[in-house]
Order: sequence, then C-alpha cells, then structure tokens
Amino acid sequence: MKFSKIIASSGEWLSGDGPHRNIVVSSRVRLARNLREKPFPGWAKKAERLDVMRQVKTSVENLPEMSDSYSENLEALSPLEKQVLVERHLISREHAAKGVGSAVVMNAPQTLSVMINEEDHLRMQAICCGLQLDKVFGMINRVDSELEEVLDYAFDSSLGYLTACPTNVGTGMRASAMLHLPGLVMSEQINKIVNSVNKIGLAVRGLHGEGTEAMGNLFQVSNQTTLGETEEEIIGRLNRVIEQILEHEQNARALLAQRKSVTLHDQIGRAYGILSHAYSMSSKEALNLLSVIKLGVDLGVFSEPCRFPVDELFIETQPAHLQKGAGTQKMSADERDSLRAAIIRAKLSHVQEPDIAHLKARTPDPAQDQNDE
Amino acid sequence: MQCDVCQSKEATVFLTQIVDGKMQKVNLCESCSKEKGVNDPTGFALADLLMGLGAAQEIEKSPAALKCQVCGFTQADFKKTGRLGCSACYTVFSEGLSGMLKNMHKGMIHTGKAPAALQVRREQGEKLRSLQESLTQAVAAEEYERAADLRDQIRRMEAGTPA
Repeated sequence: MKFSKIIASSGEWLSGDGPHRNIVVSSRVRLARNLREKPFPGWAKKAERLDVMRQVKTSVENLPEMSDSYSENLEALSPLEKQVLVERHLISREHAAKGVGSAVVMNAPQTLSVMINEEDHLRMQAICCGLQLDKVFGMINRVDSELEEVLDYAFDSSLGYLTACPTNVGTGMRASAMLHLPGLVMSEQINKIVNSVNKIGLAVRGLHGEGTEAMGNLFQVSNQTTLGETEEEIIGRLNRVIEQILEHEQNARALLAQRKSVTLHDQIGRAYGILSHAYSMSSKEALNLLSVIKLGVDLGVFSEPCRFPVDELFIETQPAHLQKGAGTQKMSADERDSLRAAIIRAKLSHVQEPDIAHLKARTPDPAQDQNDE
Repeated sequence: MQCDVCQSKEATVFLTQIVDGKMQKVNLCESCSKEKGVNDPTGFALADLLMGLGAAQEIEKSPAALKCQVCGFTQADFKKTGRLGCSACYTVFSEGLSGMLKNMHKGMIHTGKAPAALQVRREQGEKLRSLQESLTQAVAAEEYERAADLRDQIRRMEAGTPA
C-alpha cells in the first residue's frame, strides 16, 4: 500500500464510534518487546539494527492482521511524511527522528501500528475511538501472541519482558486514553485532577505524550508503572480513574451551563466567530478554539452531524497535514497560518450558527424559578 | 528530610550530580528547586528524574568495572543514557537495578503475560538437546539399537511432529 493511500483516509480512531466518545477521543495500548540477547536499538551498531529490522519486519508483515498494510523503512520517508504519522499518533516523535535501520508497519484502518527499532526492537500499538481500553488491549495482545511464535523475545521469569529502559520492564505496556476536558479547564479544576491522578501512579500528559504541552484541552492519561501488576490490573485501575475523570468533567460542564452560562455562551459564540472569519491562525489557537466548538457540539449548540468535520479539523489543521495538502511547495509559517484559516472557514461554512437558545432551554433560568413561586 | 538550601521546608526534590567522577547529592524543597531551575526539562534528563532518589546510590554500590559480556555495555554507559544495552544487561547489572526498580514500580516480580509459545519452544529445545546427548552417549557405548531409536525421535521432533 502506498503512503498517499494511507494518508487519504482518516484513521478509524477518528471516524469510528465508541463509548464516551464525546469526552474520550481515543484509547491506545502499546507493548514494548525485544529480541533476546540482541543489543537494544540505542546501543546496537547499524549492521545489527538492520539485521533485527529485517527479521522483525518480515514477521510483522506476515501477520494475518497486516494482510492489507503499509510498511516502510524510515529512511524512505520524508520528514514531512514522518510528521504526518506523528500527528496521527501512528508513530512517536522519537521514532520520527530515526532513519536507516528503523521501520514502521501499519494496517489499512490505522488501528494497528508497529514501530521497529524505536527505543525497543518492537513497539506495537492498537488505537481506537472512545473509551475501550480492553478492546484495544485484546487487539494488540493477539498480535503479540502471534509474533512470539516466530520471534525469540527477551523475557525473564521474574522481571517479565525486558526493555531498553527499566521504566518499561515487566508488562512493557503503556495504556492511555486521550481525554477532552474543557469543562475541567474552564472551571479551573484541572490542576487538582492532574495532581491527584499523578499521586496514584498514573501520568497525565499533553497532546503528544511526554514533555508536551496540553493544547486544545486534550490530556493523555496513562499508567506509569509496568512491573508488579498484570496487564488486566493496570487497565482496570486506569479505567476506574478515567471513569471518575469523566464524571468530574460532566459535572463541571453541567455546573458551567448552570452558573456561568453567559461565559459559556460567549466562549462558544466567539470561537465560532473567530474560526469562521479569521484569515490567519496558528496551530495552537486553532486547537484551543476547536476545543470550544467540540464542547458546543457535545452540549447540542451545534447539530450532531457537525461532530465529524470538527473532529477532523483537529488533525487537518496540524502543520504537517496542512503542508501535505498543499503539495510539494514548502510553506512558511505565515502561509501555513493563512491556509489553516482558509480550511477552517471552508469547513465551518457548512456548520450552522450556534443555537444558543437550545443551550438556554436546557438550563433552568434561576430568575424564571423565582417568578414561578 | 529537610531542604539543604533553606533548611526549613520538607525536601521533595532529590538531585544527584556526578562532578569530576564524584557523586554529589542535594535535597531540595519545591520552592528552592524551582529557584535553582531543577525543574527545567531542557537542562535535565527525564530518565534521571524517573529513577528517583537512591538509583545513583544503588548503582554506585555495585562494582564500577561491570561490563556486559553479550553487548559490551558498561556501568558508565548506563549512567549516561539511562537505558540498558541488551536483555542480558538485566542479569549483569541486576544488583544495581533492583533498588532502582523498587523505586519505579509497584512490585519487583512480573505477574502479567508470559509468552506461551516461547515457553513450549524452550522446553522442546531442551528436550532435543538431551536427546542428542543421549544419542552421543549411546553411540559411544556402541548401543546401536538405542541410538537408532533416539535418532528417529530427534528426526520426528525436528520435523515438527509429536514424538
């Protein structure tokens, strides 16, 4: 399969459906695996990396799940193509920095992807829409079980799967969910939530994982520890915490609609106004405003059919996706900002003006209550 | 533990630096650590932070000249990168690692998934080796009937059919 074909369709995790999908953007599980007694990618010489890559790549390509797949060596990808894959969460930023001796294999719906010679020999992930960590774990676990029949994994009976970094040893598993939490951000409760989640051994990070800023009110919650618990225990713990966060987010939204309805209406109206009339827009501003529109869709201010185009804009307005759409001409930051604004304007022209009356009708007016008495 | 700078607040940030081959440790409270710029991620490797307090101490305890026979990775390389060289390194540096893993994880023993197919194949490999050993012995002892029987068993196993 060609890169252009993969890129033409948005991944299933964006267009699909799943439980709690208005707050939980995606669920993802990745497993780290290595081959026994072969130097880890960061320490291996080029010839050793190539050797491991050939072996692993063939095994991955032969999986039944990968019968219709895209498979490429990283040196064959342009920096732009790599960045497109990063923006779709199909490879990590670290993997995008790799060249000769690393590769990536993914299936056509972009739900499974395997990074070869990232920090570990294999980093395989499954990603789906909404909150369904059990399902994505099942998907990647099957791939892992198939691969272990043909690859000699580095496994220790007491330490589990051995990984380049001791922080991943044991299950080698990182389970995470991408949450859209505008309610908690607007009501200024987000820091409290982040701190308490951190205290119980889970990590909260920005859009693209470790060390990235939280933009568009998007937060990634994941397990921090990998040794001493089973995969099911880790996912169970994560599920319980995410459900709590969902409840807090829903409460925060209800409270905002009740007590700060004017602020909320104002923010949604302004976001719609700016997005539909701006002629230059940075990636960060776009994400933050789109987040407010997404909240509007959740609250019924915009009609449900607007959900997918709005969700799509989150990805389409990212720098590499913009550049990709513009062809071979390298764009300057200014040109990108203007193209981004144009794409958003075009898409929002099909979205009807916010129906604030709808929001008002749903929230009881305190003054009205008094009149009734 | 008190903060080394202000001597009043509880220390929550523990910094270990190697200067001229000597280890220096500083314990700081949150406000002093911010003031000293310890929280600056650019000047600070995240892996070091994750390893937590005691990691560097533990590593110091095990002999410095330790080197992995499989991949040639040394103690110094680990300190520099926070990553190991190959899967065999876990055995070589096990002494230093155990303290670090204790700080990082929920437990010290893996309780999750184990590769089933791998286990079966390892057992088969072991069985094959022992059969081959018996074969060599049988040949040496001139027990040709037994040797022929063993040879057939080995062939069947190698062909993938159950013995």
